[in-house]
Amino acid sequence: MQQFSPLLRKDQQPVRYLVVDDSVFARKNLIKMIEMFGGEVAGEAGDGLTAIAEYNRAKPDIVLMDITMPQMEGIEAVERIVRQHADARIVMVSSVGYQENILAALQKGAKHFVQKPVKPEVLYEILRYVLGDDPNAVGGPVALAGEHHI
Amino acid sequence: MRMELIQPFINAADAVFAESLQAPTKILDLSMDENTYRRKGVAALISIKGDIEGRVILDLSPEVAMRVASQLAGSPLPESEQVVRETVCELANMVIGNSVTLLNDQGFRFKVFPPEIHMNVEGLAGSVDTEAMVLCIETPCGEIYINIAMHYLHRRRQEQSAVHALD
Repeated sequence: MQQFSPLLRKDQQPVRYLVVDDSVFARKNLIKMIEMFGGEVAGEAGDGLTAIAEYNRAKPDIVLMDITMPQMEGIEAVERIVRQHADARIVMVSSVGYQENILAALQKGAKHFVQKPVKPEVLYEILRYVLGDDPNAVGGPVALAGEHHI
Repeated sequence: MRMELIQPFINAADAVFAESLQAPTKILDLSMDENTYRRKGVAALISIKGDIEGRVILDLSPEVAMRVASQLAGSPLPESEQVVRETVCELANMVIGNSVTLLNDQGFRFKVFPPEIHMNVEGLAGSVDTEAMVLCIETPCGEIYINIAMHYLHRRRQEQSAVHALD
């Protein structure tokens, strides 16, 4: 298994994640990666509405947010979370990666996008970038063609 | 059957399985089928409606689904119907998501419906009398079958013909 240096907060504590996906299976997969990166799961949600409640409860450092979910989709949840918490750091994680979707998510306040199936090394670099640990790690803004990361 | 509509699904399936299972995959069998689809294991049916219409069926045995689940989880999982369902659903979502991304970026607009999981003995609704491309992909966890039936919406075809007529 690939080894990663732990991603830590500025106070040297583990980064706390909220994992939002309607598939338990997909959540487990992301949690496995979070553990590989030395992170901590602050909460889980299976839809956008629960994600908002969980965000308010857990105040995570990063949200990994699916797009297509029941009750409330990920992009609407991003909008509502960012409206209340302007500093929220949300990374969209979806198998549907076309430009309209990505642009809509970024316009609502998401910081980045990663397409499923998620490669651990890609997610790691994106998290590093979003956390501001290494602003040059991923190269800045989201690419809108081909792979949706830089 | 229009291959330009089928190819993105084949490419996406191949890439998603190889990436998820961290091993090369191989397309074993590719054929056309006009008969009602006969499920081989647990199947996820996803319908698409819009500029292009049709459906994709992803089909694998419960044993293969459990092996895929264990591979993705990083450790063996106890066998359960819930895990099998989740695995088939997630694989189907990833394949469809990746393929519709390609088609959408080519300018096609359509709606993708959530996967319907079929585990019981009845046939698959919507799979009767449809000409479909059937392929079998060999993965390290076992064989995964994909059945794709996709066509341009009639209205879209007419629009395209009109454009060609003007050329």
